[in-house]
Amino acid sequence: MTDLSTPIDDRHRRPAHPAQAPLLRLEGLGFAHRGRTLLHDVSLTLPPRGRTLILGPNGAGKSLLMRLAHGLLAPSSGRIHWQTHSSGRPLRQAMVFQRPVMLRRSALANLTYALAAQRVPWRRRRGLAAAALERFGLGGLADRPARVLSGGEQQRLALARAWALAPEVLFLDEPTSALDPASIREVEAAVLAFHGQGTHVLMSTHDLNQARRLADDVVFLHEGRVVEHAPAERFFAEPRTPLARAFVSGELIW
Amino acid sequence: MPETDNAFQSALTLLLSLDPMLVSIVTLSLQVSLAAVLIGAVIGLPLGAALALWRFPGRGLVVTLLNAFMGLPPVVAGLVIYLLLSRAGPLGNLGLLFTPTAMVIAQTLLVLPIIAALTRDHIDTLWQEYREQLSSFGITRLGAMPGLLWDARFTLMTVVLAGFGRASAEVGAVLIVGGNIEGVTRVMTTAIALETSRGNLALALGLGLVLLGLVALVNAAAYLIGERARRRLG
Repeated sequence: MTDLSTPIDDRHRRPAHPAQAPLLRLEGLGFAHRGRTLLHDVSLTLPPRGRTLILGPNGAGKSLLMRLAHGLLAPSSGRIHWQTHSSGRPLRQAMVFQRPVMLRRSALANLTYALAAQRVPWRRRRGLAAAALERFGLGGLADRPARVLSGGEQQRLALARAWALAPEVLFLDEPTSALDPASIREVEAAVLAFHGQGTHVLMSTHDLNQARRLADDVVFLHEGRVVEHAPAERFFAEPRTPLARAFVSGELIW
Repeated sequence: MPETDNAFQSALTLLLSLDPMLVSIVTLSLQVSLAAVLIGAVIGLPLGAALALWRFPGRGLVVTLLNAFMGLPPVVAGLVIYLLLSRAGPLGNLGLLFTPTAMVIAQTLLVLPIIAALTRDHIDTLWQEYREQLSSFGITRLGAMPGLLWDARFTLMTVVLAGFGRASAEVGAVLIVGGNIEGVTRVMTTAIALETSRGNLALALGLGLVLLGLVALVNAAAYLIGERARRRLG
């Protein structure tokens, strides 16, 4: 539930357990679908700060891992422990998908709908939504139907929508894979902006250079298993497993 | 054919002079069909959306039945309602047979499957697309329903218009349960059938023109709404 007493910008705040408790702990997480095991026994502990990049070739299980962590799918086995506020309130989460899901409404209404779902009182929705659109350079497109916007604008709208929700955790599932270079830069700038507001970013990509630019922490997946989990600097400088080495050197073709 | 020419002229005269008999028949037709469509929409839109959103045992059967009922012959619908409402029937003591209410019930039976089945189809497509995003917003299936119906509003308007087209053009159901009683249950389609067989071509033709105009209007509206949706919502 949103804290209603705070002004717009204060809604982006760090979780109440700074620095101590891990953000997310996965224990033996597994997922099977139609008899095929797509994720094997994933155990991970994410640090309380920073941007975690989930790397791996296509089909490694990156999207699946994020969907399980976000709660869009239920794991077949294992447990998920999220950090909470000291009050016990769960962290606010949002997700931006590879292909942005645009409601058949105006750009502005796409945001106010999400705010309504978050139970923000209706008189505040418009202001928050307009501010978020403005923040992402979409102020002039507020009344345009979301689905007639260009691909890059739609992804920016999806980011603005996530921004309006003031998430404490943001998932981004290969958000740049279908975009042109200019739009990719905008998405990366947005990731930095979210990070600057204290949002934990969990993002998947198969673009090594993008990961180098953005990552504090890297989880490397291959065929549904965590092959390596390390601070970004170490991961890129001296990957410890042969698969990660191959991926970092660009030999592991996706 | 001078006789038809004559009938056509008389039909126009009836139309232009707003002949009271013609007007009362048209009015009753609209009242009955609009009431049936209203009830069909109030039940059918949420029912169709619910069938798209929830999975439960026997759902496939319900969907198949609904689809089959889209093609329910009006005379059969009329017969079923007749049996229910006739004196010996389970609802006979309500005394509804041969009243406009009975006609509304029969037409609702025809319209409801169309609205529910087509709504299910559209909402299902929309839900597949929205599902993950709405779950991410923390919205439940029940909470998603109003938003889905709203986002599908243009398509659903054409669905409701399709239902109205079916109701206003059918003759079998209203004839059986209404009885085509002059001034009470006589609607456009039953009047056309009767007046033609009696040789009163002027009234039949006049009503036929109104009916034709109505159907054209409904289709034009459906087309315009569809175009608007394409332009507005992409």
